Amino acid sequence: MAVGSPTSCQITGTAKIKQAIYSNIADQDMGVKLLLKDAQVEGIRYYDAYRKQGGYTAAEKALKMAPEAIVEEVKKSGLRGRGGAGFPTGMKWSFIAKPEGVPRHLVCNADESEPGTFKDRYLMEFIPHLLIEGLIISSFALGSNATYIYIRGEYAWIPDILEQAIDEAKAHGFLGKNILGTGFDCEIYVQRGAGAYICGEETALIESLEGKRGNPRIKPPFPAVKGVWDRPTVVNNVETLAAVVPIINMGGEEYARIGVGRSTGTKLISACGNINKPGVYEIDMTISVEEFIYSDEYCGGIANGKKLKACIPGGSSVPILPANLLLKTAKGETRMMNYESLSDGGFQTGSMMGSGGFIVLDEDQCVVRHTLTLARFYRHESCGQCSPCREGTGWMEKILKNIEYGRGKSSDIDLLWDIQRKIEGNTICPLGDAAAWPVAAAIRHFRDEFEWHVANPVESQQRNYGLAHYADPLAVAV
Amino acid sequence: MPAFSEEKLEEVQKIIARYPEGKQKSALIPLLHLAQDEFGGWLDVPVMDYVASLLQIEPIEVYEVATFYSMYNLKPVGKYVFEVCQTGPCMINGSDQIIDYIKARLDINVGETSADGMFTLKTVECLGACGYAPMMQLGKFYREHLTKEKVDAIIDECRKNAAVNN
Ligand SMILES: Cc1cc2nc3c(=O)[nH]c(=O)nc-3n(C[C@H](O)[C@H](O)[C@H](O)COP(=O)(O)O)c2cc1C
Ligand code: SF4
Ligand code: FES
Repeated sequence: MAVGSPTSCQITGTAKIKQAIYSNIADQDMGVKLLLKDAQVEGIRYYDAYRKQGGYTAAEKALKMAPEAIVEEVKKSGLRGRGGAGFPTGMKWSFIAKPEGVPRHLVCNADESEPGTFKDRYLMEFIPHLLIEGLIISSFALGSNATYIYIRGEYAWIPDILEQAIDEAKAHGFLGKNILGTGFDCEIYVQRGAGAYICGEETALIESLEGKRGNPRIKPPFPAVKGVWDRPTVVNNVETLAAVVPIINMGGEEYARIGVGRSTGTKLISACGNINKPGVYEIDMTISVEEFIYSDEYCGGIANGKKLKACIPGGSSVPILPANLLLKTAKGETRMMNYESLSDGGFQTGSMMGSGGFIVLDEDQCVVRHTLTLARFYRHESCGQCSPCREGTGWMEKILKNIEYGRGKSSDIDLLWDIQRKIEGNTICPLGDAAAWPVAAAIRHFRDEFEWHVANPVESQQRNYGLAHYADPLAVAV
Repeated sequence: MPAFSEEKLEEVQKIIARYPEGKQKSALIPLLHLAQDEFGGWLDVPVMDYVASLLQIEPIEVYEVATFYSMYNLKPVGKYVFEVCQTGPCMINGSDQIIDYIKARLDINVGETSADGMFTLKTVECLGACGYAPMMQLGKFYREHLTKEKVDAIIDECRKNAAVNN
């Protein structure tokens, strides 16, 4: 492992990282693995194998610490929420209200429904104890005696795996009453959802956990003050909570030395689309997008020897980028797989890390059609509370459908642009923005493909637009 | 009036015990899953009313929830429900062709049930298996990397299971 090696510390700035990757440490094992390091160990799904690999030592360590000291370590680690928004976890934890006599709750967000994202599933399915250990530590830090894992209903076989891990942890004294003799009691319960992307939004999740429709709440009050059953609540993503384990094991400062800038630690990326090796990868955020796509260690290049056309790097809600802007920023710098670099250039020329759902489109894909499926998704998932979101998502889907099926008018493209502008920022929850951004980015970067559809209603039904001017200027031929 | 078995009622009590005193409504979503599995794969009004009575809440509170979440079926479905994902990442890996193939094989449209009551075809949005596309949910599990041959094999498997169970 390269913890503490030149990849993981002291390096700042893209040039240095590139140098580090391509020259002086080229022959070292560069990929720091914290979460998935034991993913291939036989039987790791069960307590014995997990324990043998050093599992539950972080829990033992943490339960001897003061809860505030754990929060402090997490703050020092620089860990940012892995659910999409990237909010600093330690800071979020320090906001939790502690009114006398009112129970507090930790809720693990395992709703994972953002198209392109399937990393939490991997963690829960294959290394469930890592999440359970993270939950024990985090529950202790926050003072949650009853912690809930809210998992999307479709992952119907995973609750059994999690409950098995919970039972094993309990049998070994890591859950239940008076854990490890500390006087701390904690139970973890698994709650299934029933099919609703919106329940990944934390206040909708809380409503759902209360047995209601997943309608997001108006904030404030924030969950940290008034969450589930009006009690102070922290909602964190699966991967965020799993990352607490290595943070406690190695110490927050050491964790923060991995990665670069404010992108500390490692990040799980679920890669899909037209690539040779779709799957879940753990990266240490010092590699370039180009390396991630083309190296055999990760995606293994574009499938069938095709060319790269576009990519949505952080789940369906973040802006799509054409190949040229994906591999290099507008300033001409190598784009890296981290929070800062992926968003370099703002929405004009950049995108976002988001949830780490990395969707790759090859030269044969139609951006209009792809955007249409996403528009349909958001229309389907809108909870319907706010008119801009409820009406706008349906309207955008309808227009995109017309364009895709050769019934579009040239004014439709500007109309689409107008509608998305009117949704963005005018809704109760960020789903409205999440629906607007993919459409905006598709038009911003691929306007000529939309225009071609409108101008060629017959031809566009027979063939795809292809690469056109998006052809990768780097001509990354592999 | 539908009713759970003793064993299921114990499970219901266990679920309710996960929540604080008086917050038994939180058990609604898990209970609707149980009820749907138990009473024929869909939620009829009497079933929803029964769940309301178990939780001591108003029937309308159950209807509100049952109509919100996509996994609850509000009308009868076939013995086997094929829920094929059609969102972007699956689409670029050929989900449209898989959907068309299933339609032709079973001679039904999306949302319909085959004449023998055996199969229902539903299209769904991203199920978190985008790297293993195209895919569908069948009961509790996912079927991934679908091809026409795999669809054939799944249909055969279902028919065989149904014959054994009858
Ligand atoms: C529409 C919508 C869907 C979301 N879905 C998820 C999800 O599936 N999983 C998740 O962890 N966060 C999701 N989020 C983000 C959560 O609201 C919340 O920020 C997150 O769970 C906080 O955890 P983190 O700080 O550990 O990332 C979603 C947000 C929105 C607006
Ligand atoms: S933005 Fe959309 S999903 Fe969010 S609360 Fe409003 S209508 Fe519901
Ligand atoms: S797009 Fe089909 S599983 Fe995600």
